[in-house]
Amino acid sequence: MGERGHALRAYGLIAAMWIRSTMAYRLSFVLTALGNFAVSALDFVAILLMFSHIDALGGFTLPEVALLYGTTCTSFGLADLLLGNADRVGRRVRDGTFDQFLVRPVPVLVQVAADRFALRRIGRIGQGALVLAWGVARVDVEWTPGRVLFAVVMVVTGAAIFAAVFLAGAAFQFWAADASEVANSFTFGGCTLLQYPPTVFAKELVRGATFVVPLAFVNWLPALWLLGRDDPLHLPGWAAFCGPAVALLLLGLSGLAWRAGIRSYRSTGS
Amino acid sequence: MRLYAAVAMSGFRRYATYRIATAAGVFTNTVFGFVLAYTFIALWHERPHLGGYDRAQALTFVWVSQALLATVSLLGGGFQEELQERVRNGDIAIDLYRPADLQLWWLAADLGRAGFQLLGRGVVPLLAGALHFELALPADPLRWLLFLCAVLLAVVVGFAVHYLVGLCAFWLLDGAGVAMVSQLLCLFFSGSLLPLTVFPGLFGAVARALPWAAMLQVPVDVLLGRHAGWGAAGALAFQAGWAAVLLALGRLTQARATRKVVVQGG
Repeated sequence: MGERGHALRAYGLIAAMWIRSTMAYRLSFVLTALGNFAVSALDFVAILLMFSHIDALGGFTLPEVALLYGTTCTSFGLADLLLGNADRVGRRVRDGTFDQFLVRPVPVLVQVAADRFALRRIGRIGQGALVLAWGVARVDVEWTPGRVLFAVVMVVTGAAIFAAVFLAGAAFQFWAADASEVANSFTFGGCTLLQYPPTVFAKELVRGATFVVPLAFVNWLPALWLLGRDDPLHLPGWAAFCGPAVALLLLGLSGLAWRAGIRSYRSTGS
Repeated sequence: MRLYAAVAMSGFRRYATYRIATAAGVFTNTVFGFVLAYTFIALWHERPHLGGYDRAQALTFVWVSQALLATVSLLGGGFQEELQERVRNGDIAIDLYRPADLQLWWLAADLGRAGFQLLGRGVVPLLAGALHFELALPADPLRWLLFLCAVLLAVVVGFAVHYLVGLCAFWLLDGAGVAMVSQLLCLFFSGSLLPLTVFPGLFGAVARALPWAAMLQVPVDVLLGRHAGWGAAGALAFQAGWAAVLLALGRLTQARATRKVVVQGG
């Protein structure tokens, strides 16, 4: 077991507790899960409506956009499920309930990540996965076992990158408790950005999403490699394979930021 | 009347307190504005004059939407959750024995909120968009005045919809499901994802006649000058009509709901 096993077990217990609590209002759960599916699906409906007028967006066909959309939404959905409620840290800092986390014999990060665990978010994952499956079936790619493995790694890596962004956003709130919405521009905003081909956006924006907040490694770079297309920044070919390393680096940096955040935390004292 | 003005004022002040949250919201709206603006550029590059807009008008649509998102509470964040919570925990009883009308009280508070968010969250994203892209903003002050009227009516229609959803809590206790469905309809049929003029055929025609169109599509079109002369009056009348119908429906529902209130405790 060890420390890590303890942490995972604690996460499971807290998540299970919230699931039980959710299931007290079963109809509401079904409705909100469907709603979560539908909110996510509306983005794709908008893309479908666009493609009812055009054949290609930024040079990408509908199945290709579906591949981009499916990967980012599935990755984002996974991260959102696992620690999407980390952005409640600010609220807890403000009302003083964060102190409760500090006195319990469970790692704080685990408690924050599992706080109000929202099972309804499987709706978004399901929606992303459906579009992804459709995109995979329709794009002009020969799916060798290697490519399939590459795609799976891409989705997992993407989830890890989004998780790092969520964590960084949570850490940021130790300094600016009211600013939880800033994180939204990188999480939800990032997810929206990655649904579209990079060729659509201005070079500076793509550069920012590659080198500053490296969201491009969630799906742009690997998907471009899968589709056999050049990326607009003309990075070397191996860049498409850097996703896992980038994810680990980001998780490490976010972890450090989180630690610094906790260390700088001063209770409201009331 | 003085009472409601005071309530509106306190609504304004309440939201003005959270400066950092406002700045964070402005930042997020601006980021989304940029993302959407580039996708719209790509779309209008393929199909110039799609939905009757030229490129500058389409970009104006993006940025005015981002500027109005908080004001007409298209993504929630208004009073609806608070109303639901008060019904759920019984605090609504306190609201009911105040010597004020429940619906007007909440409307006044929401108008105050909207007033702040129009200034606090609307101006900067629109400016950022206008500085970076070529927008089709009118020079005619009358058009801006009409736009402000349309925004006011949009806020009232938005309030009326959210009020109805909030009242559902009297019957359902946990209103999260209904709130979700309402948010979906709001997102899609207000035009915040894609202008309703781009929606095809009959579907588009129906979407443009629904109350959600009054919350975003109509104000933007008024600003863009798509309703010339008396057309603008027609657009405002469309909004006012929905506002009246939905507010009346809210009154009816409220009368029904308050008859079934049972307050527990001693």
